[in-house]
Amino acid sequence: MSITIENLHKHFGAYKALDNINLEVNSGELLALLGPSGCGKTSLLRIIGGMELADSGKLLFHGEDVQQRDARERNVGFVFQHYALFRHMTVFENVAFGLRVKPKKERPNEVEIKRRVHELLCLVQLDFLHDRYPAQLSGGQRQRIALARALAVEPKILLLDEPFGALDAQVRKELRRWLRRLHDELHITSIFVTHDQEEALEVADRVVVMNKGRIEQVGTPDEVYASPATPFVYQFIGNVNLFHSRDHAPWTEQHGDAVAYVRPHDIDISRTAQDNTALPVEVKLVRAIGSVVRVEVATNGSSELIAIELSRERFDTAPLLLGDKVFIRPRQFRVFATGDQHELSAT
Amino acid sequence: MAQFRAHSVLPGFNLALGFTLLYLSLIVLIPLSSLFFKTAELGFGGFWDVVTSERVVASLRVTFLTSLAAALVNTFFGLVVAWVLVRYSFPGKRIVDALVDLPFALPTAVAGITLATLYAPNGWLGQYFATYDIKIAYTPLGIVVALTFIGLPFVVRTVQPVLADVEAEVEEAAASLGAGRWDVFRRVIFPAIYPALLTGFALAFARAIGEYGSVIFIAGNMPYISEIAPLLIVAKLEQYDYAGATAIAVAMLLISFALLLGINALQWWTSRRGAR
Repeated sequence: MSITIENLHKHFGAYKALDNINLEVNSGELLALLGPSGCGKTSLLRIIGGMELADSGKLLFHGEDVQQRDARERNVGFVFQHYALFRHMTVFENVAFGLRVKPKKERPNEVEIKRRVHELLCLVQLDFLHDRYPAQLSGGQRQRIALARALAVEPKILLLDEPFGALDAQVRKELRRWLRRLHDELHITSIFVTHDQEEALEVADRVVVMNKGRIEQVGTPDEVYASPATPFVYQFIGNVNLFHSRDHAPWTEQHGDAVAYVRPHDIDISRTAQDNTALPVEVKLVRAIGSVVRVEVATNGSSELIAIELSRERFDTAPLLLGDKVFIRPRQFRVFATGDQHELSAT
Repeated sequence: MAQFRAHSVLPGFNLALGFTLLYLSLIVLIPLSSLFFKTAELGFGGFWDVVTSERVVASLRVTFLTSLAAALVNTFFGLVVAWVLVRYSFPGKRIVDALVDLPFALPTAVAGITLATLYAPNGWLGQYFATYDIKIAYTPLGIVVALTFIGLPFVVRTVQPVLADVEAEVEEAAASLGAGRWDVFRRVIFPAIYPALLTGFALAFARAIGEYGSVIFIAGNMPYISEIAPLLIVAKLEQYDYAGATAIAVAMLLISFALLLGINALQWWTSRRGAR
């Protein structure tokens, strides 16, 4: 089921949580809402789920306005960061809950409930835990049960609020790959909220980058990484070096007061200056991390470090030593004016 | 001894247990056992005669029935008060919160006199009931009012923290799964607060059984109708019938103990069923 959001606003007192949100979620896609904490991503999710009301704007499910519908009438599955499992119920009863509270004429009989719950528990690979209580499970297991519980009512839309936020790094990685596989199996329109860019880029079909209640960019993981629309996206996703026009005039001078954004792997290092745009620097740090070599350099008289990433292969053809005087040149960069943050050019 | 206690990493088991037993003995067991010794002067026949005399049986019935009614009223309305205090914020909430404890602080006699004045047929509140021919003061109904007053804090204070512990997220999860408000309460909130509610009920009930000060002013103290057992005990003391007084006390004690034990067993049983 597709979701359409038009001109959505939400205030908490004087605080602007959501500021004119427009978004189209395609049927069957897995969408990530990515942004720093306080950017409004969770508020947006809760409005879609019906736990919060928007101040103004439209929210349509498959072209149908659902603003006036209660959370229980939206047929939306919701997974919480802290699981929100029912503590006094077994795993089985937790998953069965949505089926048991259905109105009498829609409620499946006991045999059918049993079959459906076990089917779901098998789907999340935890059928052997059906008679345990939530307190006896690990975090990762609890979150999978929470997902099974949400899926039990066959929702048309699945919303996940920082689903892996409370888990440790190893489990988190495992679980997000598992979620991706699960989504490929079920094809249910899903939106998940995260502040972890790696998670968003790895799992989602499309990523919505949010900041201060606004959408900065919507695109595939590749698009938001390779061609960020705003300085914020540049800085939030991946690492980036900033070159101010007043310090590094040759790269930005044609644009006045501006900042050039350059990814660490988009910088070339050479022993000699090929033209007047090359910047003379001194090598301050060389560190090999796995397949990449991280080099930090500083321009003469400046303490600000510029990060450069080289592939090991490339580094080996022209090894660098601490204190080497070299020239750097961006292969690719993007310039934004400092004041209004408008994009000026891209090369 | 070795198999008597499980090994524990916490030090001081012997000392702590010894102290607990000594303390309980001094404060609870020795005074209560002297009650039994005094009663024993009557012999079993004498004891039985006292506690099965018509007036005593009637007073015991009044005591336990009004206490039960008051505890039930408190359980329901205490839950409502706790709910309001936990779930909503409104101006003056802290004052309301503080008001809840007031029945603990007020001398019970003052409460009794105040309530009796208010609910008397010509009192502020009593006059409205009087027009419908409902008498509150000087009837068992008045006893229930007084016992409700003194027992209010128990349910509120036991349920409040547990209710605050039920995360809003859990309720949202239930709602997103299609559960209506009643289903959310019945299947999610109530099971979580049920043990605390039962504890609050037991405390309010036990407190009401032993209450004397506030009741005697509002009860009217008519034998067989609105005379409570503690009053009968005091009456017997005033006639220097100490053994008779302790006999009634022992009867109350045994009934109360059986009831509280029953409530504890119920709690134990439900907490095992809903193991966490």
